Amino acid sequence: MTCTEFIALLDDLIDDSVTETMRADLQAHLKGCEHCEVTLNTTRKTIQIYRSHEIYDLPSDLRERLHAAIMARCKRGC
Amino acid sequence: MSTIQSIAGENEQHPDVALVERVRGGDVSAYDTLVRKYERQVFRIAQHITQNREDAEDVVQDAFLKAYEKLDQFQGNSKFYTWLVRIAVNESLMRLRKRRTGRMVSIDEDLETEEGSVPRDLADWAPDPEQNYTQSELAEILRKTIQGLPQGFRVVFALRDVEGLSTEETAETLGLSVPAVKSRLLRARLQLRERLSRYFKRKAAPAGNGPAIAPQTGS
Repeated sequence: MTCTEFIALLDDLIDDSVTETMRADLQAHLKGCEHCEVTLNTTRKTIQIYRSHEIYDLPSDLRERLHAAIMARCKRGC
Repeated sequence: MSTIQSIAGENEQHPDVALVERVRGGDVSAYDTLVRKYERQVFRIAQHITQNREDAEDVVQDAFLKAYEKLDQFQGNSKFYTWLVRIAVNESLMRLRKRRTGRMVSIDEDLETEEGSVPRDLADWAPDPEQNYTQSELAEILRKTIQGLPQGFRVVFALRDVEGLSTEETAETLGLSVPAVKSRLLRARLQLRERLSRYFKRKAAPAGNGPAIAPQTGS
């Protein structure tokens, strides 16, 4: 397996949607390729960081204001 | 951070469906529950697409009002949340269009770039790279980085990886094919990884401790 072939399957590996045979091939490539191992680990970390940090926080006062505006208009029949 | 409820079994009704039924029967308080449940997610998605706080606030209101008006059209064969996200994406794109004085805006913009499709920065990251920054510095880095992605990549990453939609739901929501979502997701992830490497990579080892680059001798 080449690095290009590995990268093409990177998402399937991260999302755990590879067959056992494919996983074994990918693991075999990883053993001998530090670059792809770094790419895999740092891509996983990228996703995890975006999942675990709120970058567009909705402050509670704004949330309440928006919520009240929506419900007032719904009650009026929009 | 949000998580999507696991898909209910074939015969098991998703709790949202019961709430929708109550709203259809005239119980506005059930809609209050749905709005509370999803307003943060809708706000985040609107921010990812419009990249403008005021627009995102307007989108939250417009999307929930439109969903309320169109609730009779909700079939129940998709999840209420996926249906709502689709409305929010469309409202966000409309808002962008207004801001750009009528120019068509689609999620297919600016996808010609090959950036990130082949990893270039191969340096490993520090073990817990976030810890080198304060929460607000980190949020700024993450915002700036994702805002630099082409729209069509950014929205796929936001729905699939941040909001937790499945590949199929992301495709349905954006009107894209599953292979198109997969292709964009891979490139989005790789581009983000590449850009974050600037901030998160392991600092070079001190001189005399490992294979640091040899100083120029001029000879």
